[in-house]
Amino acid sequence: MIHGILGIWNYWIVIILMMTGLFIVISRHNLVKKMVGLTIFQTSVFLFYISLGKVQGGTAPILTGYKDSLYSNPLPHVLILTAIVVGVATTALGLALILRIKSEYGTIEENEIAELNTEENSK
Amino acid sequence: MIDLIAIENHLPALQVVIPLLLAPVAILVSLPFLSWLVALFGSLFCLYASVSLFFQVSEFGKINYFMGGWLPPYGIEYVIDEASSFMIVLISLMGVFATIFAYQSLKKEINKKSQSKVYGMWLLALGGLLGLVTTGDAFNLFVFLEISSLSSVTLVALGSKKDKRALTAAFNYLLIGAVGATFYVIGVGLLYSVTGTLNIADLTIKISELTANNSVKAGISFIIIGLMVKAAIFPLHIWLPSAYTFAPSAVAVLLTATATKAALYVLARILFTLLFNADDFTVIILQWVLLPASIVAIFFGTIRAIFEKDIKKLLAFSSLSQIGYITIGLTLGTASGIMASFIHIANHSMMKAALFMGIGAISIQLKKSINVDDLKGLSKSMPVTSISLTVVILSLLGIPLTIGFISKVYLLKAVFSHGNWPILFIIVLTSFLALGYAWQLIENIWMKQPVDTALTINDDPKIYIPLVVLAVFNILFGIYAYPIVNSAFNASAAIFWKAL
Repeated sequence: MIHGILGIWNYWIVIILMMTGLFIVISRHNLVKKMVGLTIFQTSVFLFYISLGKVQGGTAPILTGYKDSLYSNPLPHVLILTAIVVGVATTALGLALILRIKSEYGTIEENEIAELNTEENSK
Repeated sequence: MIDLIAIENHLPALQVVIPLLLAPVAILVSLPFLSWLVALFGSLFCLYASVSLFFQVSEFGKINYFMGGWLPPYGIEYVIDEASSFMIVLISLMGVFATIFAYQSLKKEINKKSQSKVYGMWLLALGGLLGLVTTGDAFNLFVFLEISSLSSVTLVALGSKKDKRALTAAFNYLLIGAVGATFYVIGVGLLYSVTGTLNIADLTIKISELTANNSVKAGISFIIIGLMVKAAIFPLHIWLPSAYTFAPSAVAVLLTATATKAALYVLARILFTLLFNADDFTVIILQWVLLPASIVAIFFGTIRAIFEKDIKKLLAFSSLSQIGYITIGLTLGTASGIMASFIHIANHSMMKAALFMGIGAISIQLKKSINVDDLKGLSKSMPVTSISLTVVILSLLGIPLTIGFISKVYLLKAVFSHGNWPILFIIVLTSFLALGYAWQLIENIWMKQPVDTALTINDDPKIYIPLVVLAVFNILFGIYAYPIVNSAFNASAAIFWKAL
């Protein structure tokens, strides 16, 4: 039982990180903290994919000439390379938007922005 | 000398690659008019490519295009069948209309220095959406999902010249969209962990043997939640109303006509093609998740629209309820239901795009976001725009001889043959409720005297041409509905295994 849980400890870490990230996105008012939460959330998924690709006892998938060497699965790693690029683009765009929000509203706290928006609505 | 036949053979790739390649060109030429010409050329090329693919498919059947010549399941495959060719024709046609409308409206609505860069984002959004519906690879689909949503976020944020609230709308869209896309990736990862493949056709075969597997169920659930965010289905729609309201008019036209529709198409694909053997599980999703969500969406959207004064927001809430009608067609789980959904996907694109164009044309004249009261006496100052808007509003209501009527007839027919009386009742009831918001628009346009006579507003042919053409389409396809109905029928047959 214990061995079963500990044997897949990397997946537990994935779940903990995933929930932490999602919680930050939902609960924090600060927009930068929301972006941090989003990044943690995305990173947990990268970790999940990388765990999938690992074959026990496998080496890096580079042809060495030995016939019976065991390789890890390279495909999830390649996918995650793409997903990291997408994640960087998302973070960059999010931070750029936060900069513009800061210069227009003078704050990056979501509740204060919401108040300013309600004032705008009632105008 | 360019070999034309070689181009013909590579159209499935080119219709995605050309807009993506033209995007940096549009940014680099840095003259608004030239950038716009580049964007127009890109969208016209997509239209040419998609129409010719559509005819190829209807003549010779499904096209499987292998990227770089690598065979599936290892290479990336693009699949053009009756359903995806229907969607690419719709997306690129609406793309052309939106691009024509964009030049005049974006010139007035966004900052000077962004005016040529905007077309780069525009082309990325278009290319991303076209890729989204044609790709046959689950992970490639994620990349296109993100290309299109990141560029649409940028486009929405450009509305900040008029109203700073565009920035918060764009930020929320980005955040919610990114969480949705990540849910999709988790789902794909779970499916990959059991099947070892990413090719959708290959996944379909492998999943059909694993329908009781919990990883598959969890993966599919993650994927569907992720796509529901992108398609703005009821509880996950939060980003949509403010994004449509504060985006520049042309962007609202593009997004409403293409972005949510592409996500709905992918959702239908996952529900009916990928899960073709998981009957119990599909029924659970349809009956207990999608059906209640769409019923609430219809009521919520219609009622919010009735009490909304800002017209763009009113249209956004109306979109929400119309998306509910589309998903109700899917929840029936019959071929005729899916066909009704496809008809409504096409018709709703044409109606909402035209409405956003008309409202955009008026708000450009008045230089502000417009309320219902601003429409007073519009029939005198802007007769052409008023007539086109009225036609489209009637079509939204489902008056006979318009495409809205065709949608309603096929949806009611599908519900009727399914024998689900409560839903039939709900659809008829909400169609009457929709009068609540549509009538106040018509009443203000035609029957009220203008409040402020000092303002001189008049029709601008440069802006209303795409609107008039779309309004004519609304009537034309309402009378001669065969092209849309027939291709929607073929599309539903391609998606739904039970129809075969």
